[in-house]
Amino acid sequence: MRREPPRTLADYAPIAFPALMLVIFFVVPFSTMIAVSFFQRDPAGFYSPAFTFANYERFLSAFFGGVLGFSIMLAVMVAIVCVLVAFPFTWLLTQASRRVQIVWLVAILSVLSLSEVIIGFAWSTLFSRTAGITNLLVMAGLMAEPQALMPGFGAVLTAMVYQALPYTVLVLYPAIVRLDPTLLEAARTLGASPMRAFLNVVVPALRNTIMATLIMVFVFALGSYLLPQILGRPQHWTLSVLITDQAIYQSNMPFAAAMAVFLVLMSLALVGLTLMVGSQREERT
Amino acid sequence: MSGLALQDVSKRFGDFTAVDNVSLSIPHGTFVCMLGPSGCGKTTLLRMIAGLEEPSTGTILLDGTDITPIPTHKRDFGMVFQSLALFPHLNVGDNIAYPLRIRGVGKAEQKKRVAELLDMISLQGYAERPVAKLSGGQRQRVAIARALALSPKLFLLDEPLSALDAKLREAMQVELRQLQQKLGITTIVVTHDQREAMTMADLVVVMGEGRIRQAAPPVEIYRKPADAFVADFIGSTNLLSVGADGALLGRAMPSLAMATRSAGGKLSIRPEDVQLVAAGSGMFAGTVSFVRDLGGTIETFVDVGGTTVVAISTPRERTPFKAGDPVDVTLPLESCVVLKG
Repeated sequence: MRREPPRTLADYAPIAFPALMLVIFFVVPFSTMIAVSFFQRDPAGFYSPAFTFANYERFLSAFFGGVLGFSIMLAVMVAIVCVLVAFPFTWLLTQASRRVQIVWLVAILSVLSLSEVIIGFAWSTLFSRTAGITNLLVMAGLMAEPQALMPGFGAVLTAMVYQALPYTVLVLYPAIVRLDPTLLEAARTLGASPMRAFLNVVVPALRNTIMATLIMVFVFALGSYLLPQILGRPQHWTLSVLITDQAIYQSNMPFAAAMAVFLVLMSLALVGLTLMVGSQREERT
Repeated sequence: MSGLALQDVSKRFGDFTAVDNVSLSIPHGTFVCMLGPSGCGKTTLLRMIAGLEEPSTGTILLDGTDITPIPTHKRDFGMVFQSLALFPHLNVGDNIAYPLRIRGVGKAEQKKRVAELLDMISLQGYAERPVAKLSGGQRQRVAIARALALSPKLFLLDEPLSALDAKLREAMQVELRQLQQKLGITTIVVTHDQREAMTMADLVVVMGEGRIRQAAPPVEIYRKPADAFVADFIGSTNLLSVGADGALLGRAMPSLAMATRSAGGKLSIRPEDVQLVAAGSGMFAGTVSFVRDLGGTIETFVDVGGTTVVAISTPRERTPFKAGDPVDVTLPLESCVVLKG
C-alpha cells in the first residue's frame, strides 16, 4: 500500500464528504445553539439576536445547580451499575458455547429496537401496584400486599440501566472475547481461585475498556429525558428534562440553549478528567 | 509410591477421544518430554495434570494421593503456557510476585524472593520493567520464574519455546535443563520438536492418537523405537517392509524370517547406519538417485529395486557419489530394528 503524506488539494478529496457531513450536521447546529444561548428571548415570538449573558446568569442558581448535579450523579450511577452488571455477564457469555452466545447477542440486539417511550411505559406497568412485579412477590408469599414502586429514584435508575445495558454489553463483548483465556488459567495455576483470578487478572487487564465503556454509558445516560419524566417525581428530573421543557413548552430557546451548552461543557470536562486520571495511572505502572 | 502416576486416564470431548487410557508413572526429579504431532493429546494430558481439564475416566496420583478432585489453584504446580500468559498490567517484579501475593506472603519476603528468582534467570534489576518492553527470551524466563516462585511440586510447560527463533530455542533448552537439574524438580514439557525432547529429557513419552506409543530414555527411543510411528517421528529413518518369508529388498533373509515371524511388517534402520560400498561387494545392488550435500553431512539416496534407502555420511568418510553411480548397500543387522505391526 502507498503511504505518502498528501501533497495536492486533490489528495484530500476522499475526506471531503465526511468533512461536509460533519459541518452540516454537527458544526452548524452546534454553533447555532451556542449563538442562540447568547440571544434574547422575545416574549411575543421566538428570540431576537443579542449578546447577553443573562441566560447563563439565570442558570447559576441553586435550583439549576442542583438539577445539574443530580443529572450527573444519575448518569454516573447508571454507568457504574451497567458496567458492574454487564462485565461479569459478558464474561460468562464469552465462556459459553458459540450457539448460546449468538442467541444471547440476538436477544440483546432486539432490546435496542425498543424506543425509550416503550421502555418507559413497560416499566411503569411493571412497577405499578395493580399489575406490577410486586404481585408476583405477593403470590410467592414474600410480600403482604402489592405496592407501587414508582414514581421514584429506584424506578428511574432501573429503567435507565435497562436501556443502556445492551450498549454496554455490545461495547464490552469484542474486548472480552479477544482477551487471552490462558491469563485466567495462569492465575489459577499460580494459586488464585477462579473468582480471585477474575478480579485481579481479567478486570485489570481490561481496565482501559472498562473506562471507555463507563464514559460511553455516562454520555448516553446524560441525554435521557423521557424515563425520568415517566418514572420519576419532579425532583428526579434531569437537566435534559428541563431543557426540553424550556425549549418546547416555555418557548425559551436561548435559555434552553444555554443549559445545553453548559451540560455539554460539564460532561466534556468530566470525560477529560477521567481520561487524564486513567493515563496517569497507566504511566505509573 | 513416590512421584506422579497416571492410571488409565482418558479424556473425551463429545465423540472425540483426545486421550485414550494413558497410564504412566514419573519418579521424583525426572525431566519428562511429551512428544507427538499436533492433536495427539499431549497438551490435553498436561492440562489434566494441571487440573485445567477434568479426566473423563481414570485417576492422577501424586505421592500416592489422588489429586484428581483437587482444583488447579490448590495443587501447587507451576505451569508455563505456550502464550506465556504474563499479566500485561503488571511489571516483571509484580508478575513474579503474583503467586506470593496470592498466598499472603509479606511484602519484604516477596521482594527478597523476587530478587532471588531474577538472579536465577539472570535478569537482575528488571523488576520495574513493563512486560511489554521485554524480548521474547526474557519473557520466557519471566514466565519460568513466576511458575517457580512458590517452589512447586511439579513444573509443567506447554510448548514453552515454540515462539522463539531457532538459535534462542536451542540455548533455552540447555538453560532449562540445567535449571531443572539444579533444582531437582519434577518437570513435564510438552513439545512437538524431537530435538528439544532429546536435548532435555530423562524420559521421552511419544504420543500418537491419544495413546502412549513409547516411554523410554531418549537414546533408547532413538535406537530401539517400539513401532513404525515412533521410528518415523523421532529422527529420520529407513522403514523397510519385510515379507512373510523374511524377504528384504527382494532378497530372502532367513535370519530375519525368525525375528519377524511373531511381529511381521517393518524394519527400521537409521540412515547413519546404512553402509555404502563399491558395487559388487555389498548385500544389495542399487543406483544412486540423488545426493544432498549439506557440507557437514551428505545424504545419499539409493534406489534398490524400487525402494529408496537413505544413507548419511560425513565428507571425511569417503568421496561423495554422484547420481547414477552404481553402488552396493549393506545393512548391518545389529543396527536394524524389527518393528511391531
